[in-house]
Amino acid sequence: MTLTLAFVQILNGLQFGLILFLIAAGLTLVFGVMDFINLAHGVQYMVGAYLVAAFTAMTGSFVAGLALALPTALIFGLLLELLIFRHLYDRSHLDQVLATFGVIIFLNQAVKFIWGAAPLSVPIPDALSGAVEIADGMLYPVYRLVIIAVGLAVGLALYLIVNKTKLGMLVRAGASNAAMVSALGVNIRFLFTIVFGVGAMLAGFAGAMVAPILSVEPGMGDNVLILAFVVIVIGGIGSIRGAFIAALLIGLVDTLGRFMAPTLLKMLLDPAAASQIGRAIAPMLIYILMAAVLFFRPSGLFPSKS
Amino acid sequence: MSVAPLQLKNLCKSYGALRVTDDVSLEIAAGELHAIIGPNGAGKTTLIHQISGLAAPNSGSIIFHGEDVTRLPMNARARLGLVRSFQITSILPRFSALENVALAVQAQHGSSFSFFGNAAAEADLNDIAMGLLQRFGLGTRALVPAGQMSHGEKRQLEIAIALAAKPKLLLLDEPLAGTSHDESQRLINTLQELRRELPIVLIEHDMDAVFALADRVSVLVYGRIIASGPPQSVRDNPEVRAAYLGDEVV
Amino acid sequence: MNQSIDLDAPALAAPARRSRAFALPLIVFALFALLPLAAVLGPQSFILALVTRIMILALAAMSLDLLIGYGAMISFGHAAFVGIGAYSVAILSSHGINDGFVQLGTALLVSFVFALVTGAISLRTKGVYFIMITLAFGQMLFFLATSLAAYGGDDGLSLSSRSLLFGSKILKNDTVLYYVCFGLLLGAYLLLRSVVASRFGRVLRGIRENPVRMEAIGFAPYRYQLTAYVIAGMIAAVSGCLLANQAEFVSPAYATWQRSGDLIFVIVLGGIGSLHGAIIGAAVFSLLAELLSHYTEHWALIFGPILILVVLFARGGIGGLLGSKP
Repeated sequence: MTLTLAFVQILNGLQFGLILFLIAAGLTLVFGVMDFINLAHGVQYMVGAYLVAAFTAMTGSFVAGLALALPTALIFGLLLELLIFRHLYDRSHLDQVLATFGVIIFLNQAVKFIWGAAPLSVPIPDALSGAVEIADGMLYPVYRLVIIAVGLAVGLALYLIVNKTKLGMLVRAGASNAAMVSALGVNIRFLFTIVFGVGAMLAGFAGAMVAPILSVEPGMGDNVLILAFVVIVIGGIGSIRGAFIAALLIGLVDTLGRFMAPTLLKMLLDPAAASQIGRAIAPMLIYILMAAVLFFRPSGLFPSKS
Repeated sequence: MSVAPLQLKNLCKSYGALRVTDDVSLEIAAGELHAIIGPNGAGKTTLIHQISGLAAPNSGSIIFHGEDVTRLPMNARARLGLVRSFQITSILPRFSALENVALAVQAQHGSSFSFFGNAAAEADLNDIAMGLLQRFGLGTRALVPAGQMSHGEKRQLEIAIALAAKPKLLLLDEPLAGTSHDESQRLINTLQELRRELPIVLIEHDMDAVFALADRVSVLVYGRIIASGPPQSVRDNPEVRAAYLGDEVV
Repeated sequence: MNQSIDLDAPALAAPARRSRAFALPLIVFALFALLPLAAVLGPQSFILALVTRIMILALAAMSLDLLIGYGAMISFGHAAFVGIGAYSVAILSSHGINDGFVQLGTALLVSFVFALVTGAISLRTKGVYFIMITLAFGQMLFFLATSLAAYGGDDGLSLSSRSLLFGSKILKNDTVLYYVCFGLLLGAYLLLRSVVASRFGRVLRGIRENPVRMEAIGFAPYRYQLTAYVIAGMIAAVSGCLLANQAEFVSPAYATWQRSGDLIFVIVLGGIGSLHGAIIGAAVFSLLAELLSHYTEHWALIFGPILILVVLFARGGIGGLLGSKP
């Protein structure tokens, strides 16, 4: 295990974490401000990926595909909000869970119906393909670096908006106490719509960004959704900062864990057993992490409501 | 010298920069009905929350019959006999009035980790519960779902439930809130009976009730006790008049 | 303001004293009891298998109803316990241990430990946190199952034979398996009815209504909720054992969060907080899936919206429509 290999894994973990952050950011705000459990957030991610795949195939250019996919994803998200989610804000969490679960079932099948069950592939744009040398002899894909850069930029932008603008202040206030914000005369419906739209777009954007490097297939949002949940549970519902830190933490723990678990175990057990147990434990690491955090902090690391 | 049932020692609680409980010390004597009054926002309910265990003070201690209960959860304090009622009616709306009380009785009657038998049909629990309901004039309403009772009835039920929990000290948070004249008169009469049986800490805004019932009164303003003593002395206290009672009080 | 359970749903009453409330569950169980006799007419083994699976699904859903309907604990990871039960049977069987009671005992033990540990942690949280943490724990188990390469991993594992009862291969007969499932379903129903009406059940229902009030009279909600969680988990594990036997195959797909979601759907469909609602819901759910899949492979396109519509408009589920009050 060389240091450069570890460094590559750290970069991978960072990239994974930042994608998770993009998805979790919208989710945590929607939870925090609207007290709305949206299981269908994962399909936003999936829809973003499918849209960019479709538009890229149509236009021949990834950039054009992205430019078309984003507003479409936003419109799609707002459509869902208008048709279904809006009627769920005042319902119990159980009803919200079930209804959004229904949306997932429907949309997973819908993309299968439209595009088939086989994974779609999206080519990495030429300008961003290839790799750079980040350390002696170790090449790292340019595209993944782009994702990291973009993820950090969006994170910064979100931080600035949420913490330095009036809109952001309203969002933070809403996450802390929506009823109060409404009572103070703020058009809470409009705030909800903005929050929801931004969240949907972020998730769609994340899906679009990973489309070239992951397989675009039905159900791709499901696993990611659960991870996003773990992120916001650890980070604290309603907290962007919490989502950022937790997402990076999970991205790193998961990636490094999978990479290092068999290796570390080899020091204790024979190679075959170490490899098997390592591969079994690795995906469980984040859940163990989550359990540990919740044990000491049942409301996450940075809860917005005390 | 016997230990006072309840002692509050230097209780402090802050929410950020806001001090809601500012070095509160108080002693409730056996057989005493002690009223706590003060303007809205003075921290009266927060104080009850701390005494009953729903909120934790930042510093200070709460001693109940000689035992330091500051770190005990609310259910443990209730089992020791430190029982409260709620300012905003807190009952089990879909359970009947009888079952609301019977559950409190059940908590005092052996283990609830029994998985067989019909709890609702347990005669000994129901008898005690019924007795309490009748004492509060709710006997005929025993089988009504508690959520469908009138506001005044619910306030009565609150106290009935508290009594069913075999209290050694009662914390009553605005029991008369929102009751009609007749209902509050009835409750006052009940409290007159109760005060002979056990010490009571009473938060109230209804000044007639307070001065009719209380042995001692403490005045809480911005989390601090500014006066404490027999009702008349508190009534005449100029600081209290300025802060709360006003000069037109009887 | 949002609560985790909608308190406008039909009122929760003490155990049924009047005969009308017995009618629905009685009819349901009578139908199930008599079915194998009627099925002589049709393609027997298919219907028998279908209804056996309905009962198995009902058993798992009913155990979840204890949590959701009576305890207001929305667990989104309940399918994990079905997986534990199924894999207990399959793993032991693959090592030559085919005795049904040993397999069942193992399933109960493992599910007990898993429920105790995950429940102890999950119940420290409330509301959405609880939903998500149970979801995550369910996923954890799912990943564990997929990583068990020796036991089929992603592809699952076939059983060489059904469980042996007292050394006999009697479960090989589909009708016998049917009645074993029926017996366990009926037994679990009666057990849960008793639990719900008991002192324990009353405390649990009280915690559901108003946890602060229950604390104020001296009950510590945590231990009651944890106990319910463990009971529910163990019953679901039994369902898993039966599933392994019925299908003669186990796979991590039994323990996905989508399956957990299906269980919740089943309960809501049939009527939360009624126990027999889970059975009705399981029947409707399975028959609907079966029917729709004959018409199109894309039946989920219809299923999804049905779920949404049920949630939005059919508050008490089918049981509610039939006049059953929980």
